[in-house]
Amino acid sequence: MYLPAALVALAMSLPLLYLVVRASAAGRSAWNWLLRAQTLQIMGQSVGLALAVMLAALILGVLLAWLVSRTDLPGRSIWSALLPLPLVIPSYVGAYLFVSFFAPRGLLQNLLEGWLGIERLPSVYGFWGAWLVLTLMTYPYIFLAARAVFSRGDRSQEEAARSLGCSPLETFWRVTLPQLRPALAASSLLVGLYVLRDFGAVSILRFTTFTRAIYLQYQSSIDRSAAALLSLVLILVTVGFLIAEQRIRRSAAENPHTAVHPAEVIRLGGWQVAALGVVFLILLFGLIFPTGVLFYWLIRGLLAGERIANWLGPLLGSVSSAGLAAMVTVVFAFPVSVLSVRRSNWLSQILERWSYIGYAVPGIVVALALVFFGANFVPGLYQTLFMLLFAYVILFLPQAMGSIQSSLRMVQRSLEEAAASLGENPLRVFQRVTLPLITPGVASAAAVVFLTTMKELPATLLLAPTGFSTLATQVWGAVSEAYFARAAAPALILILASSISMFLINHHATLSGSSQRQ
Amino acid sequence: MIKTRYWLTLLLLAAILAGCASFSASSQAQDAGRLVIYSGRSESLVAPIIEQFSQASGIKVEVRYGNTSELAATLLEEGKNSPADVFYAQDPGGLGAVANAGLLAELPNETLDKVESRFRSAQGLWVGISGRARVVVYNTQLLKAEDLPADLFGFTEPRWKGKIGWAPTNASFQAMVTAMRQMWGEEKTRQWLVGILANQPVVYDGNTAVVAAVGSGEIEVGFVNHYYLYRFLREQGNSFPARNHFMNNGGPDSLVMVSGIGRLATSKNEENALKFINFLLSPVAQQYFAGQTYEYPLVAGVQTEADLPPLESLNSAGITVDQLADLEGTLNLLRETGVLP
Repeated sequence: MYLPAALVALAMSLPLLYLVVRASAAGRSAWNWLLRAQTLQIMGQSVGLALAVMLAALILGVLLAWLVSRTDLPGRSIWSALLPLPLVIPSYVGAYLFVSFFAPRGLLQNLLEGWLGIERLPSVYGFWGAWLVLTLMTYPYIFLAARAVFSRGDRSQEEAARSLGCSPLETFWRVTLPQLRPALAASSLLVGLYVLRDFGAVSILRFTTFTRAIYLQYQSSIDRSAAALLSLVLILVTVGFLIAEQRIRRSAAENPHTAVHPAEVIRLGGWQVAALGVVFLILLFGLIFPTGVLFYWLIRGLLAGERIANWLGPLLGSVSSAGLAAMVTVVFAFPVSVLSVRRSNWLSQILERWSYIGYAVPGIVVALALVFFGANFVPGLYQTLFMLLFAYVILFLPQAMGSIQSSLRMVQRSLEEAAASLGENPLRVFQRVTLPLITPGVASAAAVVFLTTMKELPATLLLAPTGFSTLATQVWGAVSEAYFARAAAPALILILASSISMFLINHHATLSGSSQRQ
Repeated sequence: MIKTRYWLTLLLLAAILAGCASFSASSQAQDAGRLVIYSGRSESLVAPIIEQFSQASGIKVEVRYGNTSELAATLLEEGKNSPADVFYAQDPGGLGAVANAGLLAELPNETLDKVESRFRSAQGLWVGISGRARVVVYNTQLLKAEDLPADLFGFTEPRWKGKIGWAPTNASFQAMVTAMRQMWGEEKTRQWLVGILANQPVVYDGNTAVVAAVGSGEIEVGFVNHYYLYRFLREQGNSFPARNHFMNNGGPDSLVMVSGIGRLATSKNEENALKFINFLLSPVAQQYFAGQTYEYPLVAGVQTEADLPPLESLNSAGITVDQLADLEGTLNLLRETGVLP
């Protein structure tokens, strides 16, 4: 187990190595920029935004996951498939759509002017705009992780608590939440790092973060050394987040259980309307408004004589690369996850934390690191599908790890030991006992990687085989040049293809869950 | 369980097949040879004209689209192992960085001479393809052209407080500031930046967002490149309430910028690279840029789009692309004044 995990960690070191090489050449102006008082303020803004988004996404994600997996909310399976979808909208595009709708004189104001004569809406820019948009884009991380735990969590403990006189809220606080804790710690870490490394949303919503500063270095002066130096600083901040997450996770009690009897469905009663209202509100902001703006662009463009470009090639490109990325990343995530859960010692912990490096820096940095290594050391593989998948693994491995780890932690070891004592070899034990038990976690890991690959831009642009295009690259190319109608069709197809994939993954998870119970 | 595994396998196979289908297409070479283009100009702008070249020449063209500065950084990382034959950039900044690293080969004179000398690199390492003018875009419901000052310095007056939009991270904006430093001098440029800042300009992510905001009336004026407006007019019709105002004063606010192309020194398809560059400077391609992207053709004798004042009629800044090279100085000034973080 150590060998494959070490190999994965080695691959993860490539971006770091690249950054050290580049940063060592950073000139005085880069250092001067870094050592200003203002830099500290920018860093503070980055961290503040990350924490605020984490908190909001946590509340939203847990609430929604609980509603769709534990209650008698009408239409649960539909909501369950739709709610992760905001994850698929590239943050650049999402922020642009948000601004088009909510800007002081955007589409909403247009509608309101007709009815109510409102001439100007309050500004959506700055901290709160960025906070709102990033929360809507990242709560699915928490939602997917929490849903995996809820659908497999140990209901017998909750029922015991209830029978001993705990109120539902008390039960949630004292029994359910501790079960969720490792999964929530891991997924809110993903949310925090997502915000720290996001560029698109913060630039459109005009909130200066550290990553925006790194991008500006590339954009303006193509100064790779300065950008590398700043990226290393960003990694240092990430280390803080990683340590905090590990503390929270470690203090959480291990909670293994056999956990396979169907839960009592919680009747919402009069709360049903309120719950539906919450779900609808989130979907309204996260999905319906953005899609609405896209439809508006599409129809306006079609009326003006625009034609829809061929989208079949990009669709195939998107689905195949995201599908492969999801599978390969999950496979690579296993050794490190199993090791860190089952052989918890300092070495496995370091290997596990090390895997976050690719997720700690902006995508363009990882992409350029792989350009450097690929073009100069393995030219035969450079700009091939392998290289692209390798990049996706480096970028998205932590997203898969969290889910797999938290579901592994919930598997009772005695079950595996029983199977082993009955003469099964370790691989068979894993296949027949462990894997079925962790399927919901694996499915949610695959879902997250799939959705985030669908929208990935920098690595796809720089490392894919030349001429390869995805829906996300099409949307980006068109929006950045103000061809809104041309952006609308691929963006809508991106959302549609992702929702179909979500239905398939959900379907698979429920199927395997129910076959388990029989 | 068996059923789901079956479905998963099927999905996996489908994904691999789809993958192979879409990747294998790019790996066959043909008789006329091939050409690899790194294009910092977006697919929606240039794909049709590249397709036309491929059809006419029989050359198998592969294009990697991206952001000009990210592709420039990619070329720098690839060094001599770059698979690229030509680098087609949105702005001279990206080309300059690649040229300074010694990665571009000199172009023949007959190619360079097709455009005015101010629109190409002095060492002949790259050549301009199409032009764009800096303009002031204004909301026609809130302002008339006569309300606008004679040069950009006029916008430092308090009357414009809260009404201006700009995109200081944009390469063309930064080039204009470099031109200001050349023509107005360091001190006056600083005064201008400080003066505009005092008027609390609204900062946008790029030219597109500025034009959209002027059209919606969120702001009254914006400092942008001329051609974005025409895309809005095409999608939203002539009722879109914004128009361009050309300063026409021969100063830095009348700067004409270019997109350009250079050939990589390591190119293995030298002949095809030159064919492509010459094609972009041919009347067909120049007419395409004039008609489809509303840019200025740089080759003499090609008509500008009807609703655009022709390049010759513009009293544009008489500054060469090489004089715009000192980006570092501009960035420092922008940071010192607090325009950039």
